Amino acid sequence: MNFGIIIDNIDLYLQGLWMTVQLVSLSLATGLVLAVPLAILANSNNWLLRGPVWCYSYFFRGTPLLVQTFLIYYGMGQFQLIKESILWSVFREAYWCALIAFTLNTAAYTTEILRGAIKNTPRGEIEAAIACGMSRLLMIRRIILPSAFRRTLPAYGNEVIFMLHGSSIAGLITLVDLTEAARTINSRYLSPYEAFITAGLFYMALTFLIVWLFKRIEFRWFAHLRPRSG
Amino acid sequence: MFNLYGYGPSILEGSWLTVKVALLSLLLAVVLGMVGALAKLSASRSARLVAGVYTTVIRGVPDLVLMLLIFFGGQMLVNDLSTALGYETAPDIDPFTAGALTLGFIYGAYMLETFRGAILSVPAGQLEAGYAYGMRKHQVFFRILLPQMIRHALPGFGNNWLVLLKSTALVSVIGLDDMVRRAGIAGRATQKSFTFYLVAALGFLVFTTISIILLRWAEKRYSLGFAPRTH
Repeated sequence: MNFGIIIDNIDLYLQGLWMTVQLVSLSLATGLVLAVPLAILANSNNWLLRGPVWCYSYFFRGTPLLVQTFLIYYGMGQFQLIKESILWSVFREAYWCALIAFTLNTAAYTTEILRGAIKNTPRGEIEAAIACGMSRLLMIRRIILPSAFRRTLPAYGNEVIFMLHGSSIAGLITLVDLTEAARTINSRYLSPYEAFITAGLFYMALTFLIVWLFKRIEFRWFAHLRPRSG
Repeated sequence: MFNLYGYGPSILEGSWLTVKVALLSLLLAVVLGMVGALAKLSASRSARLVAGVYTTVIRGVPDLVLMLLIFFGGQMLVNDLSTALGYETAPDIDPFTAGALTLGFIYGAYMLETFRGAILSVPAGQLEAGYAYGMRKHQVFFRILLPQMIRHALPGFGNNWLVLLKSTALVSVIGLDDMVRRAGIAGRATQKSFTFYLVAALGFLVFTTISIILLRWAEKRYSLGFAPRTH
């Protein structure tokens, strides 16, 4: 194996790394913002509110991210209405299509994780909030969401890693992310081991970084549950 | 909207391939996962180390990267091997084998963790009781450990299967003629990509739904005699 070609082309990998980091962090952030209201709706007693959220979440969790991305990138051009509107400047760009697909996907999974966590809020916490005279919105903001976020943390950490790994398909709609950088090197030098192992190492480093980060957050957020010393 | 311009049978054929790849890799994943779980729990240090490296590496790298590595790298390995052995031409690795092997290899690591947890939740006293009755190692495994661990393994197993099922879409990247690829071809030919990718998506949704129903049934069956799960 000759890792010299990797060192010569490290710029391409770094460029891909930057693309991967951008796509993953932007879609995760937007997805989380979308998931909070959706998860609250999913816990509503009114099925008119709950139903659409369930359908959305079921569709995006039941189909591959690859198909969702193709559906948006290759599919939107089918509609004359979109092609003639201002929306086309968005759907024409692979970058925006990937962001939209990734965001909708992670929002669906995050909604499901959060929905479960909200549902499992201890009764006493809600009763205490009502007893304190909190309004519904205040109760959601101060009691239900913080408590639910804490319980979603381990599952959400997994979702972040899944999103990082899922983003490797971005290259299939012409974006140059880490995986696509490796594919380019492989086809240029016919060196699959060096090309893909390097990409794999980058992904592993990112994965470990995420795991470490979530351990740190868990340590902070669960501080009140740690045994007190001294 | 659902005028398929005669591409229906082609996509149906592709979906059969998707199912075949998924089931074959599931089989491999279960075997690998079981062997790996026993290795990770074994007394041998080297077996634990191998299993540990396996799960860490697989779970740290995206499926697509591993699939490309095995597809392109595996072909190169076969080429080099056959040259070294003095053959003129090397056999081609077909995408079906590469796809199923890779997916099985990847999801074996996830199954391993599920099975390890399930094995640990079978009370050790029951296994000891088996040995006390004079059962052999494989008898304890098949008569006591396996039937008891299924109940604990099923929820995790179900999750892994659903993720694996969706990952089979990736085999279209290494040139396998699956449902996604067929939908893509039909979409390009008719300029109706949205329609055809939506059909592929609905196909996956059908597989997912059937799986969820079967898994629910299995979970119920294997939990007979235990209190229903509270959530």
